Amino acid sequence: MKQLLILSGKGGTGKTTIASAFIKLSKARAYADCDVDAPNLHLITKQNSLPKKRDYYGLPKAEIDTELCIECGQCRQNCRFDAISADGKYKVDPFACEGCGVCELVCPVEAVTLKPAVAGELLLYTEGEKVFSTAQLKMGSGTSGMLVTEVKKQMKSAAADVEFAIIDGSPGIGCPVIASLSGVDMVLIVAEPSISGISDMERIINTATKFGVKTAVCINKFDTNMQNTEKIENFCKGQGISLMGRIPFDSDAVKAINNGQTIVDIVCASGAAVKVVFSKTMELLFEEGGGLRS
Amino acid sequence: MKIAIPVNEKSLESNVCVSFGRTPYFLIYDTDTQKSVFLDNSAAASTGGAGIKAAQMIADNKVNILLTPRLGENAADVLKSAEIEIYKTTTASAKDNIDVFIAGKLPLLNEIHAGFHGHGGK
Amino acid sequence: MKIAVLSGKGGTGKTLVSVNLAAVAKTSTYIDCDVEEPNGHLFFKPKDIIEEEISVKIPKVDGNLCSGCRRCVEFCKFNALAYIKEKLIVFEDICHSCGGCILLCPEKALTEKEKVIGRVQKGTSEQVTVYTGILNPGEPSGIPIIKKLLDENEHERSKTIFIDCPPGSACIVMESIKDADYCILVAEPTLFGVHNLNMVYELVKLFNKPFGVVLNKCLDGENPSEKFCIEKGIRILGRIPFDNELGSLNSNAEIAVRKSEKYRTIFSSLLEDVKKEVHHETTSDS
Repeated sequence: MKQLLILSGKGGTGKTTIASAFIKLSKARAYADCDVDAPNLHLITKQNSLPKKRDYYGLPKAEIDTELCIECGQCRQNCRFDAISADGKYKVDPFACEGCGVCELVCPVEAVTLKPAVAGELLLYTEGEKVFSTAQLKMGSGTSGMLVTEVKKQMKSAAADVEFAIIDGSPGIGCPVIASLSGVDMVLIVAEPSISGISDMERIINTATKFGVKTAVCINKFDTNMQNTEKIENFCKGQGISLMGRIPFDSDAVKAINNGQTIVDIVCASGAAVKVVFSKTMELLFEEGGGLRS
Repeated sequence: MKIAIPVNEKSLESNVCVSFGRTPYFLIYDTDTQKSVFLDNSAAASTGGAGIKAAQMIADNKVNILLTPRLGENAADVLKSAEIEIYKTTTASAKDNIDVFIAGKLPLLNEIHAGFHGHGGK
Repeated sequence: MKIAVLSGKGGTGKTLVSVNLAAVAKTSTYIDCDVEEPNGHLFFKPKDIIEEEISVKIPKVDGNLCSGCRRCVEFCKFNALAYIKEKLIVFEDICHSCGGCILLCPEKALTEKEKVIGRVQKGTSEQVTVYTGILNPGEPSGIPIIKKLLDENEHERSKTIFIDCPPGSACIVMESIKDADYCILVAEPTLFGVHNLNMVYELVKLFNKPFGVVLNKCLDGENPSEKFCIEKGIRILGRIPFDNELGSLNSNAEIAVRKSEKYRTIFSSLLEDVKKEVHHETTSDS
């Protein structure tokens, strides 16, 4: 399976807008949303059936049995995460608890146990020949590379014989991004011509090239700052990173998304531009021998 | 000599698992006795540091050689300290890789990827 | 007065709102808690920077004392320890600094040492005091840095403090809003925006914080986020229009209220509204 990952570094650059257009244009039969903190792709890919749901367990969390608790305060004194409060009964704040087990270790009466905690939900939509894998982290559960890995695994096992897949990646440069990157054939970075967008793009390019993944860049809303657009293009040329094209700012794009459509479902400037970016990206992805993948 | 391979199923014919730390099982093949043993990988369920825990288990089982498609840097550190040699798998099934290895035709694993830092909490 | 600015996702204009509110408030404090991607300093370009390193305590092994009992290896939920060839190895980048291994080592072979995980910078930009938290890449948690950023400012409550939160609704965001007197949620006028707004809306409700919404990037036509607010009875504090002037100022990391009278007016009135809300909340609470 050839996997194309779409990343942005910074949020809000139009990653999902472009991913949804790509899914439409390629008629992809397998796609995934790895932005498990704030998944959005499902809003635009339109599912007609209900997904198969599965709980995702993160780190276990401590629980105090108040019947057994003798209120000695050992757990509270030793917790490095200020997760135990003693207003009346001793209690664990599940949002602050990191599941380290120190409280369980120090409790003299075995009143504390670590219990598995649901940290999110995996969703799998199968419709006809299409497979869509996504997930939603629970509030306060924090970013998790492991859930990202699960989303990709779920897609792959449900669509084992599919040749091509599109993955909407996570924002940032942290562990979920690294988990999104593992095993993909190519990364398309959606950059925005702003000062902060450029610094984030540089960081994400560094990470992607470290992984030896074929990397290309397209610039979204390029006309909002021509100077920075040129800066991005020069930077990419200097680094030997292929440019897939420019997409203009387009208020019609917002209208399309708000109607639950992709930007290639309507006639608009950004839709026309994304078609060019798409065909260039496909050419690079399927180019023989260009991949560094092991 | 003991060879370890991450495998998807408890069978010599099983495919090699793409993840070292989170493989469901390890096949331990003893070239002297030609016997194979399958270990459940208790590290697979860890939210973080799975590679380290899996590597510790491999080392504790007195393995000399590891055949794997890929490996994270922390796991590699543990295995190197344990003086375990690491080779890169080239075909799908575990058995074929053992044969190719014994024939001296498996390459050493050179590229070690950065850890996924799949720690759950934060 | 502590005002936290948050959004369900990056790129909605959280930094734009908090930076411009802090700048228009004149004598104020701006704290960038988005420690993984701190961008506020790019706008403020603070001067006279004082920097402090932030560290956590991690274990250090005395190989002579270690008996190889492996209790620490078995205990560590993060698998940050391995025992190979009669040597204990600590994986510092995986350690969550819980201190468990040190507590249980029967030979006292483990002691604490400091590990730097990032830094806090303090500087000034006109009359705004600018704090920036920076987490080193690959570190498991930025919470110690956020704690430090917020503790530093505890005694300065008389000033208006604007907290630029990390995006999302993870525990790191919870830490950032814990002590806030008021929360401003920034939302985009799209279907995606509503979904992301709903996440932070749930979060502030959970923490029982008074809050209001700023609608950013407003265009003509339907605004799903506005509709959401009306349906839920959420107070809309203000609307920031999408236009090229703001886009260009912002993308060049300029502070709009310092460059344009138009935005000074918009953000001044937003600030007044927020202050009224906070005042209203504090008086109705007591």
